[in-house]
Amino acid sequence: MRPNVKGSIRQRLLFMLLLSTAAIAILLYVVVQSVAEQITQESQDNILAASAISILDSARVIDGEISIDLPYSSLSMLDSVTDERAFYAIHLNDEFLSGYADLPRIKNLSDIPTFQSSAYLGEDIRIASTRRSYSTLEGQAFLEVSVAQTLTGLNQSISRVSRLSLAIGFGFFLVSMIVALLIAQSTIRPLHSLTEAVSRRGPSDLRPVTAPVPTEMTPLVASLNSLMIRLQNSLSRSEDFIAEAAHRVRTPMAIVRTQAEVTLRRVEKEENRQTVREMIRAIDESSRTAGQLLDYAMVSFRTDDLAKEIIQLDALLAEIVDRLAPLSELRDVTITLNTPEKLKIVGDQILVQNAIQNVLDNAIKYSDVDTEISILLICKNDKANIIVKDRGYGFDNAEMRDLLKRFKRGQNAQQVIGSGLGLTIVDDIMGAHGGAISLSNNQEGGACVHLSFPL
Amino acid sequence: MRFLLIEDNELLANAVTERLSLDGHIIDHANDLSTAWDYTATSSYDMILLDIMLPDGDGRKFLEQHRMGKSRTPIIVLTARSEVSDRVGILDLGADDYMIKPIDFSELEARCRAVLRRRAGAARNTMSFGDIEFDALAGTLKINDNEIKLRTKELRLLEIFVNAPQQIFAKSHLLNRLFPFDVEASENAIEVYVGRLRKHLGDSNVSITTVRGLGYKLECV
Repeated sequence: MRPNVKGSIRQRLLFMLLLSTAAIAILLYVVVQSVAEQITQESQDNILAASAISILDSARVIDGEISIDLPYSSLSMLDSVTDERAFYAIHLNDEFLSGYADLPRIKNLSDIPTFQSSAYLGEDIRIASTRRSYSTLEGQAFLEVSVAQTLTGLNQSISRVSRLSLAIGFGFFLVSMIVALLIAQSTIRPLHSLTEAVSRRGPSDLRPVTAPVPTEMTPLVASLNSLMIRLQNSLSRSEDFIAEAAHRVRTPMAIVRTQAEVTLRRVEKEENRQTVREMIRAIDESSRTAGQLLDYAMVSFRTDDLAKEIIQLDALLAEIVDRLAPLSELRDVTITLNTPEKLKIVGDQILVQNAIQNVLDNAIKYSDVDTEISILLICKNDKANIIVKDRGYGFDNAEMRDLLKRFKRGQNAQQVIGSGLGLTIVDDIMGAHGGAISLSNNQEGGACVHLSFPL
Repeated sequence: MRFLLIEDNELLANAVTERLSLDGHIIDHANDLSTAWDYTATSSYDMILLDIMLPDGDGRKFLEQHRMGKSRTPIIVLTARSEVSDRVGILDLGADDYMIKPIDFSELEARCRAVLRRRAGAARNTMSFGDIEFDALAGTLKINDNEIKLRTKELRLLEIFVNAPQQIFAKSHLLNRLFPFDVEASENAIEVYVGRLRKHLGDSNVSITTVRGLGYKLECV
């Protein structure tokens, strides 16, 4: 039979434990009940026997005749202490002598008392009978004594005992249930903590699990760790593959582009020059898009599991401006960076850098030649605000809301190389950092991009 | 400038060599790291252009060893890998800058200038012609103790002239040197910049003269 592997281990464990404790509780109840009944019965039987024997003991053979002096105590011990009613009957050679004549009689008696449960006068009774032989003048005579007692008190005490045993059984069940719950809980706990340790991890965290686990779970953890290692290997293999693929694609593109630039220098005719220029633009466009797609994938990946580094925004801005200076120089665009306050935010440095760089890239690309881009970093409304203003075409008011969407580009930007992913990437990065991007136009013309990060 | 290009793709290396020599640069080409070490041991360069994936090793190893060596030649990495982590790693290993292939040569030239400017720091690197003193990296023109800060295009134009005085430069050549391919500039733009330079040079004994039908040249009067 295949074991049932579905459902909760905890519930199954609990169920098994409760089932067994219930069985034990019932068994306990039955055993206690029957032992109690037996002991009570035995003690009653002993008293009845003692009473019967004491009556027999009082019989004497005097002058060849049997005389019985019925001792008071022999009957009083049966009904004085309890509320039971006592009966007796004495027969001599099957001839009724004294007591209750119609008290049921037991057959095949010996000198060891015999017991029997019966009914008399509408009540349950227990009878003890014994007989003894005496030598009389008429020869051997059998004196038979029966002593009986009602069972009211006995039944009451048995039911008391049974209630008690029921209570004990139930109490045992309750205690076991709590213990079973605790056992189930503590059995499952390492499993839970393992689950938590694994699920708390970011998507890129493939380190082996090192948290201590019970021996029984070691194989599970071992195979989990080996899976992690294999996953890590296959991830780095595919990363290497992407890098290798990028290399393979970009190198021929670089050859064509370089040759095109050389050709552009040699070609005199304007229409041919135009063709070569368009060729170079197409290469740049596809290379730009490929780069931005990779960046976009990187951003989605990193925003899932956001790093929490302290980022010195003013220093980062200075670094980015420095890196972009040659590009702005090509267009004779001057970048002025104004960071009156030293502001720190918490986040993923690579992402924040990518966002700012995208905004500045745009500002440079769309700036008119020989103009200025101003960058201001200020603290306002408890936020770090980066405001980038350029003197380019600005945004079309009708399109402004769509520009953050994937592959959406402004109609006025078609002649500039771009992928339509830049602002989408910025928007995603800002969102992941709890910040925002807003676009507007300057009064004096040009675009204004406002990034705000929570401090 | 004298470049060492370390690139294993023959076609790309040839194209880059040809493209850079169009602007008057001198390029040595090494196919792999060991050849590159031979070159750096025997010659000195203004700039090394380094590819990352090479047949006999990783370009990053070259970066590390180069940084530990005596040579202070700046390195610009030309990489086809475009992951952010790669770029950060390259700069941490001591590269002065990086560019992702395919590269724009106007940008490469601008980056070279930026790197050299950064490396030079406060050091002056001036060229003299006639009574003018010109610092291409700092972008300053000094005439009779009178210092003028030049704008980028003026600077680039003057640099071309000062590097080859008396040589006649056609407008189309200057146009190619001055503007990235994607900037739609006409030869009028060259006239504008030449006009501006002439104004700056007004007090000096140096002048840009027009050679009818051929172009411009720098002369000392």
